[in-house]
Amino acid sequence: MSKKQKIAFYWCSSCGGCEESVIDLGQDILKVAGAVEIVFWPVAMDFKYADLAAIHDNEIAVTLINGSIRTDEQEHMAKVLRKKSKLLMAHGSCAHLGGIVGLANFFEAAEVLGRSYKEVPSVHNPQGVLPQKKKVESGRELTLPGFHDTVRTLDQTVPVDYYIPGCPPTPELVKDAIMMVLEDRLPPRGSVLADRKALCETCPRRDSRPDKVKISALRRVYEIEWDPHRCFLDQGIICLGPATRGGCMARCIQANMPCRGCFGPTDNVLDQGAKCVSFLAAILDSTDEEELQTMAKAIPDPAGLFYRYSLPSSLLRRKVSIW
Amino acid sequence: MKGFEPKIVGFLCNWCSYEGADAAGRARKSYPANLRVVKVMCSGRTDPQFILQAFKVGADGVLILGCHPGDCHYKEGNLQTLKRYAVLKEMLPQLGIESERLRLDWISASEGDKFAQVVSDMVEQVRQLGPLVRPS
Amino acid sequence: MSRRITIDPITRLEGHGKIDVFLDGNGDVERAYLQVPEYRGFEKFCEGRAAEEMPTLTQKICGVCPTAHHIASVKALDDLFAVEPPPAAIKIRELMHNAFVFEDHLLHFFFLGGPDFLVGPEAPSAERNILGVIGKVGLEMGKKIIDIRERVRAVNGTISGGALYPVCGLPGGVSKPLTEQEKAEIAGVAEDAVGFAILALEIFRDKVLKDKRYAEWLTDDLFSHRTYYMGLVDSDGKVNFYDGKIRVVDPDGKVFVAFEVNDYLKHLEERVEPWSYMKMLYLKGIGWKGFVDGKDSGVYRVGPLARLNAADGMATPLAEAEYEKMFDLFSGKPVHNTLAYHWARLIEVLYAAERMVQLAKDEELTDAKVRNLPSQTPKEGFGVCEAPRGTLFHHYETDDRAIIEKLNLLVGTQNSAAAICMSIEKAACALIKGGKVSDSTRNIIEMAYRAYDPCLACATHWIEGKRAGMIHIYNHEQELIQVL
Ligand code: SF4
Ligand code: SF4
Ligand code: SF4
Ligand code: FES
Repeated sequence: MSKKQKIAFYWCSSCGGCEESVIDLGQDILKVAGAVEIVFWPVAMDFKYADLAAIHDNEIAVTLINGSIRTDEQEHMAKVLRKKSKLLMAHGSCAHLGGIVGLANFFEAAEVLGRSYKEVPSVHNPQGVLPQKKKVESGRELTLPGFHDTVRTLDQTVPVDYYIPGCPPTPELVKDAIMMVLEDRLPPRGSVLADRKALCETCPRRDSRPDKVKISALRRVYEIEWDPHRCFLDQGIICLGPATRGGCMARCIQANMPCRGCFGPTDNVLDQGAKCVSFLAAILDSTDEEELQTMAKAIPDPAGLFYRYSLPSSLLRRKVSIW
Repeated sequence: MKGFEPKIVGFLCNWCSYEGADAAGRARKSYPANLRVVKVMCSGRTDPQFILQAFKVGADGVLILGCHPGDCHYKEGNLQTLKRYAVLKEMLPQLGIESERLRLDWISASEGDKFAQVVSDMVEQVRQLGPLVRPS
Repeated sequence: MSRRITIDPITRLEGHGKIDVFLDGNGDVERAYLQVPEYRGFEKFCEGRAAEEMPTLTQKICGVCPTAHHIASVKALDDLFAVEPPPAAIKIRELMHNAFVFEDHLLHFFFLGGPDFLVGPEAPSAERNILGVIGKVGLEMGKKIIDIRERVRAVNGTISGGALYPVCGLPGGVSKPLTEQEKAEIAGVAEDAVGFAILALEIFRDKVLKDKRYAEWLTDDLFSHRTYYMGLVDSDGKVNFYDGKIRVVDPDGKVFVAFEVNDYLKHLEERVEPWSYMKMLYLKGIGWKGFVDGKDSGVYRVGPLARLNAADGMATPLAEAEYEKMFDLFSGKPVHNTLAYHWARLIEVLYAAERMVQLAKDEELTDAKVRNLPSQTPKEGFGVCEAPRGTLFHHYETDDRAIIEKLNLLVGTQNSAAAICMSIEKAACALIKGGKVSDSTRNIIEMAYRAYDPCLACATHWIEGKRAGMIHIYNHEQELIQVL
């Protein structure tokens, strides 16, 4: 092949960590950069949006978008890049599942803005000023993009071909995804480009996990010290490994901390939180309704934990409102 | 909430409560028509995803009915349901769904009366709560 | 007046930070605004979450400085649960924090700010990036930069689970002790890091200080603001990234106030501008007087230069010597020139490396006891540290089950937000005259704010502003006449 394939990166409502997962390819990035032509990557290279306008539809071989969708502008950019790209990949948990910022879906947009700009103890804002979509100051008009009520995933905004999971994904997975395109060895469209099975299958503590975990009390991480070689669940510490896709090289477990689910659900699971309910319920060692209630109450913030990275992609997508 | 007729989705175990519903029917026990029945082979088959899906597509309440403890045809299916129910009850309110909108009960094939009673109670309870408004 | 240029739907987009410059009838600058167009809402959606999750939740405020949030958060948890971590845990945390500051500062100097200094504002945009920098410093040096950054990030992988994803912080400690072998490896990396920092300062002296134009800029009023400065200092008054008292000095360099983190509300206040999602902090004791500098204005700055200005010196010998050199060259403290941030940043790189060596040689570092379990009922906790871009505050209130009820965050860039806006306006005023805007204008305006390494992700608890998007220029009729 003489002509280099074109590739683009973009960020929506993102923390920048996914971008770092590309920069962290380190020496490898030079190899990838040698094999492709990066046509758009606002975080690292000096491009203007006008450069993007010059690109034809479907001209880009693959675009990786990270971050969830919360403003008009992000939605617009996602649409533009979709048109210009043969393949679109959701890069990281935010684009894939909604991510941590998706926890904002437990609240109304007005509550979210009001807290920061009017309520926090450090703010002095007697007039209750809020950032405005359009503001005229001494005759000068300043605009800000509109803020959506609900955080959305990338595929709730435009069609997505592949998903690179993780918050952020490992640099290896990002590289692998790009190489799959270059080497023309992509799995079926719609695939999540990581393990198909749950994290437990590849967890270094797997052998210490009994066939049937049974626990009579759940523990918070600050309440006990634990055996650094034994399965967390078996020690009564909630670990989301059973309901989470593998492929992260068990990053958290290696650091002696339980999994929090950033790789999202495994294939064929629609709702990661529901899956967490199932596996966690199954290990509770009781058949007495009252006792079970007490055990369940010991889970701090179940919805926030089970949907930590995936609320916008869950069946309900957000907290429902009752008027 | 005037004129509000709650929609209740019921996941009924094939071996007991589904029969119980039949029994109620045969005995001409009256119970509200608000119940939409989904037959499952065991209450234990009621994946929490089904429950969320029901709420998503329009249910104002969800009822799970299984065999009495000890009577489950798959030994412990109903106990699994009981456990999941305990956890779901804690989680649903955080999603804006009051825990009273989900109910689990045990009904044998012969308990037509109880079936009618449980359904009526559930409909009344959800009627009090009002409709579940979903984000558009 | 220049013609109005048409803008298609793509160029109309703001990107992640945009600058609007308004000209008056003569084509001179009337006002310039730095706007941050997005907002994510951590202060709200952390409510209801379990406190122990905060170190990993809040680090997603910023993928560039997850470690700083992780540290500030876990310190807030220590305070919340009233539990003191064992010495080894404190040292592990401080080591990881210094390793982080080292590599983050380095990334900024060579990848982001470096192009300004080493390649130059007039160079074509295709060269104004890391590849251009490598062209200037040589491929060998380029490889060294990438290599040392990778190795120092690997140190944090060992300690915390991943430089991109630190997860080790627990109230009262960390999740994992270090082994003797890991310690030896880290010590080796740290020694090399010191060597590299010395080299980086040499490059700065060679390529920057010896360049006449840069030397002039370093003293030019164009890049200068007389503001207050804030930073953490240890018990000897030296710069410390991990812990200490928050000290503020006035524009003359006199200590204005020094306070503990739990008093932050007595001293700091923030305001909302309707045209940006970024809140602006100022000194409460002086009050908000607008976007102006001087002793009567509450505007203050944070970050490398501010920390050096606020402290009495550096706690490690080589960095201390460089500190003296810098202030000698400027003939005294404080230094008000924004471009000196770059120099201060490299001195901090050296300090961070030296501090890593000290910690990596510490007997206690490998002690197996890395946790103390809390016994107090949680209620309220404050945590502070120096993020690369400035002082970072976390403040939590919980119920007695340690579920977050209220959360407040003051982040690095937000402290300097007002000053950043002023720097942009000052540069724009000086450079845009009679409606004439040249291509290097953009770069020089960008230099004025890039010196701060502004992380707009943090500032709105959102996105990083490595490329702060576009500069929009409007004529006196509010017509957009140019996009840079
Ligand atoms: S997925 Fe995680 S790392 Fe990536 S942008 Fe979202 S919060 Fe940041
Ligand atoms: S539950 Fe967690 S610790 Fe246990 S095997 Fe699964 S991933 Fe590993
Ligand atoms: S262990 Fe779990 S939370 Fe940690 S990186 Fe892997 S998938 Fe994500
Ligand atoms: S068979 Fe009826 S509940 Fe299991």
